[in-house]
Amino acid sequence: MEKYLRFIAAPALLSLLFLPFGGLKRAVALFGFLAILIPALKGLFRYLIKHKERFIFKMPQIDKKIILIPILLLSFSLPFAAKDYIVDIAILTCIYIILAQGLNIIVGFTGLLNLGFAAYYAIGAYTYAILTARLGFDFWTALPFSLALSALSGLLLAIPALRLRGDYFAIVTLGFGEIVHLILNNWDSLTYGPNGISGIAAPSVMGISFESLNYYYYFVLVITIVALIIINNVHSSNIGRAWISIREDEIASSSMGINTMSYKLYSSAFGAFWAGLAGVLFAAKMKFISPESFTFMESVLILCMVILGGIGSIAGVTIGAAVLVVLPELLREVQHYRMILLGAGLIALMIFRPQGILGGRGVSLRG
Amino acid sequence: MFFQQIINGLILGGVYALIALGYTMVYGILQLINFAHGEIYMIGAYMGIIFLAFFTAAGITEQSLALSLLLAFVLSISFTSAYGYTVEKIAYRPLRGAKRLSPLISAIGMSIFLQNYAMLTQGATDKVFPDIMGAAGVDFLGIKITYMQIFIIVVSSAIMVLLHLFIKRTTMGMAMRATAQDKTMASLVGININQVISVTFVIGSALAAVAGIMIAMYYGVVNYFIGYTAGIKAFTAAVLGGIGSIPGAMFGGLILGIVESLGASYISSEYKDAYAFALLIVILLLKPEGLFGGSGEGKV
Amino acid sequence: MYLLEVRSLTKHFGGIRALEDVSFKVKEGAIMSIIGPNGAGKTTLFNCITGITKPTKGKIVFSNIDIASMQPHKIARYGIYRTFQNIRLFRDMTVLENVLVSLHNQLKSRIFGSIFRTARFISEENEAAQRAMEYLEFVGLQSAAESKAESLSYGEQRRLEIARAMAGEPHLVLLDEPTAGMNPQETAEVIELIKRLQSIGKTVLFIEHDMNVVMEISEWIVVLDHGVMIAEGTPYETRNNPLVIEAYLGKEI
Repeated sequence: MEKYLRFIAAPALLSLLFLPFGGLKRAVALFGFLAILIPALKGLFRYLIKHKERFIFKMPQIDKKIILIPILLLSFSLPFAAKDYIVDIAILTCIYIILAQGLNIIVGFTGLLNLGFAAYYAIGAYTYAILTARLGFDFWTALPFSLALSALSGLLLAIPALRLRGDYFAIVTLGFGEIVHLILNNWDSLTYGPNGISGIAAPSVMGISFESLNYYYYFVLVITIVALIIINNVHSSNIGRAWISIREDEIASSSMGINTMSYKLYSSAFGAFWAGLAGVLFAAKMKFISPESFTFMESVLILCMVILGGIGSIAGVTIGAAVLVVLPELLREVQHYRMILLGAGLIALMIFRPQGILGGRGVSLRG
Repeated sequence: MFFQQIINGLILGGVYALIALGYTMVYGILQLINFAHGEIYMIGAYMGIIFLAFFTAAGITEQSLALSLLLAFVLSISFTSAYGYTVEKIAYRPLRGAKRLSPLISAIGMSIFLQNYAMLTQGATDKVFPDIMGAAGVDFLGIKITYMQIFIIVVSSAIMVLLHLFIKRTTMGMAMRATAQDKTMASLVGININQVISVTFVIGSALAAVAGIMIAMYYGVVNYFIGYTAGIKAFTAAVLGGIGSIPGAMFGGLILGIVESLGASYISSEYKDAYAFALLIVILLLKPEGLFGGSGEGKV
Repeated sequence: MYLLEVRSLTKHFGGIRALEDVSFKVKEGAIMSIIGPNGAGKTTLFNCITGITKPTKGKIVFSNIDIASMQPHKIARYGIYRTFQNIRLFRDMTVLENVLVSLHNQLKSRIFGSIFRTARFISEENEAAQRAMEYLEFVGLQSAAESKAESLSYGEQRRLEIARAMAGEPHLVLLDEPTAGMNPQETAEVIELIKRLQSIGKTVLFIEHDMNVVMEISEWIVVLDHGVMIAEGTPYETRNNPLVIEAYLGKEI
């Protein structure tokens, strides 16, 4: 009897906490629900741990590169097989893959927690928007400026911020993200404030405009693939190793001759660069941007993609991004609960599987 | 006009200080930035409204406003402290030994969870606190101070004094200071670390609850998002005073309140929130130890 | 002649006097050891030499340059590499990659090369991998090249640290308690390793608690106690120095 009482202590507490917010009926229902669920979960855990061997899933020892073939085939044939709605989501997925990879360079490779990554995303998007929609430049002229400005802002923020310890650095990046957001909202003469900028140009190559959804999809797909190749190549080079050594043990890294400050700066700039690219692609796709897309929540979402997929793992982060773009779409019905599930998911992830899906090794697609 | 803004600043400052204390105490003991603390403040504010409404519906307010308010305060603080305790138990305790950034990310998750929890259960629109004291007040040398404002200043100050006495004079307070200085040693001399940590969270949450209720009374409206903004500002105040330092949090809160008040009226009220962020970045870059900071000095 | 000169080195941490006016010289090509009871300041000394800690006062002259307040990576490039008392390997990287990090500065290709995989980049990487394997062979870890550093045994990890330090092609190698926690056989292997380091021209300075090791291979010994240098000399002199004996209070030398 006593044992059962301990089991219901937690549900009782949680239901009591819920009472003022949810009302008596729902609190009682919650209590009933938890009083069954929590002991059941505990029992389940105990069973799983006891019979661990039956459930261990061994990854088949295949050359990882083989998986790429069906994925590539699928990606290239998508517009023929699927509705516009799905192609649209695919474009968004690619954009977020690039974003997550950018953050992964900073957080995953180098070990610097950045909570304001959306700022670089915003700078890329807004620079492109202002240059094309307000000043009339075309895609290929506006692109380098947007990329350069994003990378530069990554660098400029990092220069003073990197003197700080890990969690303080994180807070400064958060502050920077918020300040950028505030500026976007209030500097009406430049950014049109909360109304946003519309009429953004789509890219074109040799006279063929990529306005149409399918053309734009292939455009973004190719860029994403190129980005992944570049990032993977940099990862498995002395530069990538320098970054990872900084993440693993900064003092040892420095003692082995790595100029850690320089490499942290490179990492920030390089990561921000990709955010800028994603921003441009986003702005060109939506043809309209507003500060709403570049909030702290956005930074958190991108961070979730990195953590979910596996910090430091290029393949993992790609999966993480895909999951966190596609899943909310699949669960359209429960749209309301998206954010609360995200919050709970983060906590659960940190407690039960902080290394994410692909185990957060510094695994590149080297095979 | 200027002094009016100073009064406003003191009010804001008192509130920020109460919230900042929670941040600083937790950081002092766990070296964790409790991202979800702002949400605890928000929950306190909601609790105040909910309980007052409850007692009003139960007919108590008609008979005695003071009793109603008192009951509302007591229950709100109790429940909010329980929230704080639970948050620690669920999101931080399991990560006690983990790498530095895991608890921070978990805290962010908890913050998001609580925000949306409030939004889903209480609605996304503002919730209103009945106007109790109205604009009644005194006139002091040409400056008008309402009873509400006096109430807030008095309560904030009283609580801070009580906290100071608690930390300095009681056994638990001493245990808290010891744990903040050196957890391992503290446990070796027989202090129950888990208990100390729970108490820290409970006290911090209680303070935040008081702040929340008072703000609800003062401004008359709350929504699920006030925790985020207030949280960042209170954190700024804690850093300004030197994170981990209790007197620091108090002074930091007051200074931030006054700066924000003056800034909003003399420079621009649109960028009101930006002042805190900018101040935070500037402090972190120039003097991260804050005013009273320095290893071990004046910590919990 | 003298590769390293420490002059009046002093380090205070607030009220704590970790090092007080320590001076000694390190002859080129020698094997020298730093000994002393726990808390004597030996690791602080290493940290000052390698730039991890900034000295309060004093000079550290290495090849005629005062490196006293230089950053660790610069000091490394000048030719001083070290191992750590508490083993600081890059745990998530492979054994080979750990060594490759030290070879970083010899890889000239910049980001362009890595992105486009130029011929020069590829040949440099291959060359570096080859040289890294040679260092692994030197310490006997070549078969573990692709394993993650954290999967190695304790003794293997210490040897990996040495290989990593060597890969920087230093003139001076600092070993912080290289035989800590080792059994007699592993200790003998480390002694062999140190002798081999000397045979290829390195100067070795090491911190040790195991007096047998110290007496066996040191040519010169510096003794610290409470931050102060209380003696220096040959093993024979040190063994019979009453001050040293007193500092250790009955420890068998």
